[in-house]
Amino acid sequence: MAVASLRLRGGMSRSERRSLLTGLAFVSPWLLGFLIWTAYPLLSSLYYSFNRYDFITQIKWIGFHNFVEIFTDDARFWTVVYNTFYYVGLSVPLGVATAFLMANLLNAKIAGRSFFRAIFYVPSIIPAVCSAMVWLFIYNNQYGVINNFLKALGQPIIPFLSSVELSKPSLIVIHLWAQGTAVVIFLASLQDVPRTLYEAAIVDGANTWHRFWHITVPMCSPIILYTMVMGFIGGFQTFLMPYLLTNGGPMASTEFYAMHLWRNAFELFRMGKACALAWIMFIVISTFTVSLFRTSARWVFYGGEK
Amino acid sequence: MTPVATTSAAPRVARRGPRVTPAGLAAGFAKYAVLIALAASYAFPLYWMISSALKDDPQVYRIPPVLVPNPAFWNNFLDAWRSDNFTLYTFNSVFRYALPSTVFTMVSSALVAYGFARVRWPGRNALFALCVATMMIPYTVTMVPLFIIFRRLEEAGIGKWIGTYNPMIIPALFGNAFFIFMLRQFFMTLPEELSDAARVDGASELGILLRIILPLSKPALAVVALFQFMGTWGDYLGPLIYINKYTMFPLALGIQKLRQMLSQVGMAPKAYPYLMAVSTLAAAPIIILFFFAQRTFIEGISLTGLKG
Repeated sequence: MAVASLRLRGGMSRSERRSLLTGLAFVSPWLLGFLIWTAYPLLSSLYYSFNRYDFITQIKWIGFHNFVEIFTDDARFWTVVYNTFYYVGLSVPLGVATAFLMANLLNAKIAGRSFFRAIFYVPSIIPAVCSAMVWLFIYNNQYGVINNFLKALGQPIIPFLSSVELSKPSLIVIHLWAQGTAVVIFLASLQDVPRTLYEAAIVDGANTWHRFWHITVPMCSPIILYTMVMGFIGGFQTFLMPYLLTNGGPMASTEFYAMHLWRNAFELFRMGKACALAWIMFIVISTFTVSLFRTSARWVFYGGEK
Repeated sequence: MTPVATTSAAPRVARRGPRVTPAGLAAGFAKYAVLIALAASYAFPLYWMISSALKDDPQVYRIPPVLVPNPAFWNNFLDAWRSDNFTLYTFNSVFRYALPSTVFTMVSSALVAYGFARVRWPGRNALFALCVATMMIPYTVTMVPLFIIFRRLEEAGIGKWIGTYNPMIIPALFGNAFFIFMLRQFFMTLPEELSDAARVDGASELGILLRIILPLSKPALAVVALFQFMGTWGDYLGPLIYINKYTMFPLALGIQKLRQMLSQVGMAPKAYPYLMAVSTLAAAPIIILFFFAQRTFIEGISLTGLKG
């Protein structure tokens, strides 16, 4: 209270003002960048979403028309929403589970541990185009390695990318392959779990499964939450793999939300509608993230830290 | 043989705890089996990329597939590289994009991180929270309005944007929230006494950052450099939006261009070997970088992923 009244009367002391100016000077690049590259684009895109804007004709205010069109008169919209939720709903939990399993396998005194870790990590850092080219080749119906083995065995081929049923699962497999970053994050958090917890549990007669489920998972739950949130944010934006591998096909079965947005903006030059799509996505992702954090109180265990 | 060995070792093992029981051995063996199977399937696509780069067409089309190329056509790498202007694409990737953006982001992120970590000022924590929150804003959301901004700047005659790398490297001058967060966490771990001593000696804050903090932060700065270089080296989306001339293409767009060239008239000879060869060459620097700087990578991820 004393501080507050002091502030009201005289503002800050000279050294306080000095440190405020120094601090602001140091963070000013970010602060400016935030205003120019984040805040302004967000707000201007909200404005554009209520306009018709195609770079050619004059920008024109059309109220909610873009949103009405998206929800009621865009045949692709509900398809891409379904595809995106299908993909995110399966690939994110499966990806986190796979990465967690691999990290647990690696978190022991095993020979060649850093070798295995390297094998799991490298697929997630090579340029996405390279991965796309390899998987395009592996999944190929005519000369793909899996299908050529099947042919040699006299079996029917698997149309990985050319069937409506398999195209999304095939993309999910690629996502599971590139989980290295999550593996490394989990591995680091597993090493922070105190050994004594396991020793005490062994004394109490807990078996491997009990120890995994009642110690490992709760102790790592904050990191599991973090990985899930980042996975969802990334998953909703899936663009490059389907763009390069299937270009949305067959029959729009791999046309995802970000691609729909992209096409509206850079193929149809419907900037207003693309901004409306972007805002819908922003609201959905924010809601998703916030509710994930809200429900996390029930399943995330924050240990004695802080 | 195994039962004998187990029984003879049993008394000694029993005293050391429940380590080497037959069940434990079986579990350990199963674990290795799972691990090796997983590792094999994870390594396979990369192996397939490299090995297919060395094949000729008969080996690519053979049923069952050829696992080890024989004979190996090492010339494929050179021929594929020369089938398009890949030297120019690599130059663009490195000198027009990856290097400037890495240098810019290191300088700006370090400055901002210092302001958040080592200078005390009112409102610092609130702004830092805002900075962290911006990490959650999806690029897809700002992608279109940013394009509109750069297009309008171009039309207004303010700078060159469309068709250049400026939309990708100029924002790097304003810091990257992710790296700011990471560097701030690192700067916080350095003892405050170092700065205090320098302040007594009359050093300015910038002087402290340059002469004391940065030399002690080489590992963290290496992580920033590594991650930014890697991200820009392989970036596809940014150039896809802004680069519209072949002579300005980065490596990533060049690979996709080669793919389109090779599949334009049916299938060109050695289409897949060439595509795999160029992909291998584009992935090689990253893989080599990883093996040289493995610890930096791993520590960097732990640093960014954990200390939240």
